[in-house]
Amino acid sequence: MEFMSLKDITPDMVTIWQWGAISLNATIVFTWIVMALIIVISWLVTRGLSVDAQASRWQTLLEVLVGGIRHQIREVSRQDPDRYLPFIGTLFLFIAVSNLLTLFPVYIPPTGSLSTTAALAICVFVAVPVYGIIDLGLLGYLKLYIQPTIFMLPFNIMGELSRTLALAVRLFGNIMSGTKILAILLAVMPFFFPILMRALGLLTGLIQAYIFAILAMVYIASATRVREEREQGAQMTTSPETNQPHDPLKGDNL
Amino acid sequence: MDGISLIGMISIFTAGLTMGLGTIGPALGEGRAVAQALSSIAQQPDETGAITRTLFVGLAMIESTAIYCFVISMILIFANPFWDYVISR
Repeated sequence: MEFMSLKDITPDMVTIWQWGAISLNATIVFTWIVMALIIVISWLVTRGLSVDAQASRWQTLLEVLVGGIRHQIREVSRQDPDRYLPFIGTLFLFIAVSNLLTLFPVYIPPTGSLSTTAALAICVFVAVPVYGIIDLGLLGYLKLYIQPTIFMLPFNIMGELSRTLALAVRLFGNIMSGTKILAILLAVMPFFFPILMRALGLLTGLIQAYIFAILAMVYIASATRVREEREQGAQMTTSPETNQPHDPLKGDNL
Repeated sequence: MDGISLIGMISIFTAGLTMGLGTIGPALGEGRAVAQALSSIAQQPDETGAITRTLFVGLAMIESTAIYCFVISMILIFANPFWDYVISR
């Protein structure tokens, strides 16, 4: 908060280092710091992995994190989480770390800049068709756009674009509002209340990271779910004693 | 009344109006969603995990409308393009 004034709405406007025409703004610098932190910690921890009961604390931390992410992915997508773990886990970890580091005084969260969040949202925007085409093939994926009728085509395309915008603006707005409210409160009543708002900001940051990752997973799952439903339908015709609620009409047909 | 004071006045007035009107709907919607989720959890405590996750995702969806209003009002106050144009002229 030291070198980001109240007037600056994003950390893009804060120039930290300048050399000729090349300038580094706060977003880039703090993104690099977050990336370096994640990479160095993961590298240090995964160097000495052990399988016996006396695992180190850091290994336990990473195991809890990865296990939790895998569990959430499996719950949401009802598919094998290993395919999505690298993408979704990276999104979650990057956003969570960059939001939680607001504990430190000089730090400006890079997720409080619209360019960072737009980049993350564009990653999701690209990942959805990639996973969808891998699963369904190109024609099968394109068929999703005319799914109920062909008249829904423009609305499906608009939905695709607007949800990307919504992802970006939601994360940006939440984090930016945290820093902005903090700056305003520091100017108005500087002793006790900003600490409470900062604690609330930590909670909001973590929830926003969770929501971003879950929404990305939901979008990807919605593009790949057709195949899985088809497989489930095939399984149901072969084995009628699944745990579906009993439907007398369907039972007669089978 | 000249251009500068008109733009400043209307910008600040609109920013307040945006926040005021724009938060009514999301507040009501989030209240309804949380109340419904709480009663669902009270009826089916076993499904707490799924209900909570869906609740968070839904709350984020509802909240994003309020966040749009907040971003618009911040732009109007801190990064108003019309104001910058009038100042620079």
